[in-house]
Amino acid sequence: MSEQQDKKGFSRRDLLKGLVGIPIVGGLFTAAYAKYTSDAKVKSTILSGLDIKAVAPPSSGPMSGNAIRLGVIGFGIRGKQLMRALGFADKKWKEEMIEATKKNPNDTRLKDFMGQENLNVQIRGVCDVFDTYGEMAVETGTVDGNKPTRYRTYEELIASPDIDAIVIAAPDHWHAPMAIAAARAGKHVYVEKPMTHNISETYELYNTIHESGIVFQVGHQHRQTQSFLTAIDALNKGSLGHISLIQTNTNRNDDNGAWQYEIHEAANPKTVDWNQFLGNAPKIPYNGEHFFRWRKWWEYGTGLSGDLLTHDFDRINCLLKMGIPKTIVASGGVYTHNDGRDVPDVFQVVMEYPEFKMTTSQEQGKEKGMTFMYSATLGNQYNRGTILMGHDATMELGNSMIIYADPRSTRYADWLKDGTATADVPLYSYDPRAKGLDGVTSATAKYFADKGLLFTYRDGKRVDSTHLHMREWLSCIRNGGKPSCGIEEGFQEAIAAHMGTLSLKTGRRVEWDATARKIVGFENAAIDNILVSTGKISV
Amino acid sequence: MENSNYSKLQMTALVGLRLLIGWHFLYEGVVKLLNPNWSSMGYLMGSQGFLKGLFQGIGTSPTIVGIADFVTIWAMIAIGVTLIFGFLLKPAAFAGMFLLALFYLAYPPFPGIESSAPTEGSYIIVNKNLIELFALMVVMAFPTAKSYGIERFFVKSTSVPATT
Repeated sequence: MSEQQDKKGFSRRDLLKGLVGIPIVGGLFTAAYAKYTSDAKVKSTILSGLDIKAVAPPSSGPMSGNAIRLGVIGFGIRGKQLMRALGFADKKWKEEMIEATKKNPNDTRLKDFMGQENLNVQIRGVCDVFDTYGEMAVETGTVDGNKPTRYRTYEELIASPDIDAIVIAAPDHWHAPMAIAAARAGKHVYVEKPMTHNISETYELYNTIHESGIVFQVGHQHRQTQSFLTAIDALNKGSLGHISLIQTNTNRNDDNGAWQYEIHEAANPKTVDWNQFLGNAPKIPYNGEHFFRWRKWWEYGTGLSGDLLTHDFDRINCLLKMGIPKTIVASGGVYTHNDGRDVPDVFQVVMEYPEFKMTTSQEQGKEKGMTFMYSATLGNQYNRGTILMGHDATMELGNSMIIYADPRSTRYADWLKDGTATADVPLYSYDPRAKGLDGVTSATAKYFADKGLLFTYRDGKRVDSTHLHMREWLSCIRNGGKPSCGIEEGFQEAIAAHMGTLSLKTGRRVEWDATARKIVGFENAAIDNILVSTGKISV
Repeated sequence: MENSNYSKLQMTALVGLRLLIGWHFLYEGVVKLLNPNWSSMGYLMGSQGFLKGLFQGIGTSPTIVGIADFVTIWAMIAIGVTLIFGFLLKPAAFAGMFLLALFYLAYPPFPGIESSAPTEGSYIIVNKNLIELFALMVVMAFPTAKSYGIERFFVKSTSVPATT
């Protein structure tokens, strides 16, 4: 080596070659820092510009004090779910869940249930017209020495002096009669959706609840979904601009989703109080098909309108408070399950809100009015999301919430021009699952999960939304306050659903008179007849 | 043993390869370190193929995921730094190959295995992870740290005898 060496024996060339890493690492960190700061700047510009608060909703009040004494009517599919949400799981479900957890360690349903907060309630009475379910309900509600009484009729259960509040999970045609009787007896009510089966009882229930002063909650549990609460803040801050069109959907393609439930082998005229089940429905001889799959007939159920449109209607109503539409047009038919049912399995509804107004980024008066569309099929489960379409952005809503800027937006024009925002990358997305993953099994369950109907998240932990919804109801009973889906919201949900069915059956556009608070052109009794009749009506 | 008789082209190719892989590892590590929301859980839970049970098993436990995240981030940074600066090349290259083998096996591009992770190209059996793994093997088999790297100083201080 001819080069000059330093005193340690290294030449300049040695230093250059030995320390070749320094400029490389320097280059990497310079580039990484530049990218990091530019990404952070874009992120902070967007976040401070949108100013959406993704905070967890406040928890409902404490569950302390005396246990609330409950009576549960109906222990079918939904009744069992409601009991679990209250903290009481039947033996069969627990066994199934232990098996499911063994098969799939990601299935956390049992763990979630075990981790559920104690709501400090006692099941004092149960009522189910099918003996097997009635006995199961007694067994399930028996905890710490408290054994519920099985009442043969709902009237006896409601009349019982040691019951404070009633949970109603009976078929649709029983919702209002039971809720009205309970409210008149001064018992608080949690009733499944839809709130009513016909128009007359919708008004009657509305008036009864107002007169009684009881705490009343309709079972639209998605009101507890964390992403919805964040979405409300986003909408209030005008992130979408004026919304002109909302698209909601139901997509299912399995027997369970098409209400083809299992017919229990122990059910027969001896074990089922058939007359009590029928109630105000036409008197026909016992048949298990009608008893277990009542959702398929207008006499007991409310079709896609009451069963599933109501979920989507209430989800949007909780965001926008748009209330009952001015007009409704509906159509559909039995296209995928020609099995003797008379409620359609493909169904579309278009609701018009000509006076609907929102925060706008454009000149005042240019935008007014909105259409809400609901489209359902029970013969295909391609996931069509819930989409809110505004002038400035589009929101896709489920358990997570995503906002895409519209390429022609006024509000985001500058961001779109300078590259801060692009139309194909979400402007904002909110996923309360954060680092969690879910193990959900059946296809129908997944559909609900996507809509935020099955569970939601609190502090990153998965929680049954129904549990939170019932907790809210119990908190209002204990601590005062107003449930999120009370009689006003229930009234709007029920009227909108019944208008949809009325339009489907009459082939007419159905109009709501907001001042007179009635459906235009029909007497209530006539509507009631149309709602429970089979086939198309000519008027 | 390191051969100092590489031609200029050979040396450029080998040192270049080493630095580029080092850069890739270091940046992947740094990006994960700077992102507070990054977690390997999604990657682990999405695993496909014959080892998916193992990877998903790791992904199920938040504690183990926490350890996996920590190890992945700092291993990538350490491997990147050693490759770039040129010292401990053999263990670094070996650790890098091990990590790449895990990435490869978590989503093996074999016929019949559906991957949920989107890819920007088309792969069958051979993918970029596997190529990078073999590139690291080249880096290990043809060491260059004594010519270009910190190891040069150690060679100098021990192997240059006084000749006059």
